Amino acid sequence: MTHDHSVGIVETQTFTFAQETPFVLESGATLGPITLAYQTYGQLNADRSNAVLILHALSGGAHAAGYRSVEDTKPGWWDTAIGPGKAFDTNRFFVICSNIIGSCYGSTGPASVNPATGKPYGLTFPVVTIGDMVRGQERLIDHLGIERLLCVVGGSMGGMQALEWAAHHPERIRAAIPLATTARSNAMQIALSEVGRQAIYADPAWGGGDYYASDRRPDAGLAVARMIAHITYLSEEAMHRKFGRRLQDREQFGYQFRTEFEVESYLRHQGLSFTQRFDANSYLFITKAMDYFDLSQSPAGSNGPVNSLAAAFARSQHVKFLVVSFTSDWLYPSHQSKEIVSALTAAGADVSYLDIESSAGHDAFLVEVDTMTRLLGSFMDRLAREEGI
Amino acid sequence: MTDLRPDLKIIADFIPAGSRVLDLGCGDGALLDFVVHGQGVTGRGIELSEAGVLACVRRGLSVRQGNLQEGLGDYPDRSFDYVVLAQTLPFLDDPAMILAEMLRVGQRAVVSFPNWGHWRCRLELLTTGRIPRAVDLPQAWHEKPRWQAFTVTDFARFCRANRIAITKQAYLNRGRRIDIFKVTNLLSTTAVFVLER
Repeated sequence: MTHDHSVGIVETQTFTFAQETPFVLESGATLGPITLAYQTYGQLNADRSNAVLILHALSGGAHAAGYRSVEDTKPGWWDTAIGPGKAFDTNRFFVICSNIIGSCYGSTGPASVNPATGKPYGLTFPVVTIGDMVRGQERLIDHLGIERLLCVVGGSMGGMQALEWAAHHPERIRAAIPLATTARSNAMQIALSEVGRQAIYADPAWGGGDYYASDRRPDAGLAVARMIAHITYLSEEAMHRKFGRRLQDREQFGYQFRTEFEVESYLRHQGLSFTQRFDANSYLFITKAMDYFDLSQSPAGSNGPVNSLAAAFARSQHVKFLVVSFTSDWLYPSHQSKEIVSALTAAGADVSYLDIESSAGHDAFLVEVDTMTRLLGSFMDRLAREEGI
Repeated sequence: MTDLRPDLKIIADFIPAGSRVLDLGCGDGALLDFVVHGQGVTGRGIELSEAGVLACVRRGLSVRQGNLQEGLGDYPDRSFDYVVLAQTLPFLDDPAMILAEMLRVGQRAVVSFPNWGHWRCRLELLTTGRIPRAVDLPQAWHEKPRWQAFTVTDFARFCRANRIAITKQAYLNRGRRIDIFKVTNLLSTTAVFVLER
C-alpha cells in the first residue's frame, strides 16, 4: 500500500567490507567481513552534497521509510519524517538509513554465521561500541562516494551516533541533530540496560547465547527485557492516559494471577511481539554499546577547554547542531541534552536547542510529529539554503 | 522582511556589519533575522518560549532555549562583539548579574528598556496615586510576567557605580527617535544604551 508523501516501495541493500583486512574494533578485537543493511530514498545530487544519514535506535533497522511491498500496511519506523514534502524531503535530499553492526536486521551481528566456524557467532561476537557502529557507517558513506554528509540525525541511541559523528568525524558532516539522547550513559540508564540483560541471562533457553541450533529461544527473557524498556519509553502521564486502571476483557477483579489490567496485557503483547522480530543476543550487544558510550572520555593531554565534554567537540566548531529533548522524557532527561548544549556552546559550535513540551515520554521523538516536522523541516531548509542545495 | 520595532531598529544601527551578536530573550528572532540576513552578522539567540524558538528556527536562526536568570555560564569570555538585551531588563530577577554577564561574554552590551521616568508616569503617580505603567510597557502591576520599574536616571547611576561606560545612547518617544541630550529621563519612553567596561 502506498500513500501520497510516501517514498513508496523500498528495497534494502547491503554493503560488505573488511573481507581481506578485518575491521579493528575499539576493544582491540577484530571482525570481518562485515555486512551493513541499508536503504536510500531520493537522489544524490551531482556534487554529492545533499546526503542525510538517519541513525536508528536500539530496536530499529534500515527500513526507516516507505513500504516493503504493495501489500505492506506498516511503513518504516520514521516514515512521518522522511518523504516528499516531509522534514527530510526526499525531493531535495538523498536520505540514507543504515542498520548498525551488531543488529539482527540484515547487518553482521551475533546471529550471523562466523565464517571461521560456520556457526552463528552468539557470544563469541566481539563487543562493539557506538564508535565502531559509526566507523562502519563511514565505510558505507565512502562506498556511496559521499565525502561529506549534509546532516546526521537520530534519536536515543541514534542520537549517540550523531554525537559520535560530530565529535570524532566532524570533517565528514555539516550538521548534526541529536534527539532525546545523552553524551554519556548514566548509572540509571546502565542499570535499566542491565536489568534487561539479566532477564535474558535468566532464561534457561538462552544457554549462554548459544541457542541458534536449538528449537527453543530465550523469548521469555527477551520479552521481559522489552517490557521493562517499554515502560521507560513512556511517561507516568502517558501510561495513565492510555490505560488508567482499566481491566482487560472483564468487569471485576478475578483475584487470580492472570493478566487483568489493560496495561499488563499491553506490555505482554509488546514483549511477545518483540520476540518475533528481535534477537536476544543482539539486544545484549546493543545495550552494552549504549552503556559504554561516554564522549567526555576524550584523549588526555589535549589543550581543549576545561569542560571535558566541550573538549570532545573541540573539532566540531563548523558543525551546525540542532539538539532536541522532551519535557517528560525521564529515560534521557532534558538536563542531559542541556549538558550537550552547554558543551557545544563552550566549544564555540553553532547550536540550536529546544526542550519540547510533551507528555509522551522518551517516545516523544517519534510521536510529536507536528512540532518535530516544523522544527526539523525549518532546520533542514536552513541547511539547504546555506549549502546551496 | 517586516518593519522592525523602533528600538530594535536603533539596536541594529548600533551593530556594525560582520560582527558577532548574542541576542538575549530574542523572542521570534526579528532583530537577529534583520542583522544576520541583512548585515552579515553572525548571530545567536537565547529564548525562553517554545513558540519563540520555533519561530527563530523557522527564520533559519541559531537559537537555544534557555533561561537568562541562570546566567551565561557556558559562553566563553569575550566570545561576542555585542550582547543584546531588548526590553527585557525589567523582567529579570537579578539585573546586575545579567549586565555583568553581558559585559563578560561580549565586548559591548546593548540594552533597551522602557523608562518609568517619563513625565506621564510621574504625573500618573502624582495625580492618581497609582503605580504608573510605562508608556512602552503597558502592563499593570499584577500582570505576569512580573516587572520592576526603573528610570533612565536609575540606570545611568547604576552604570556609574559599577564602572560601566555608556558609549552610545538613543532615546525614543512612543516609537519615534528623539534627538535630545538633556532631560532625557523626562522625555523618553524607551532608552537604548551601548555599554562597555
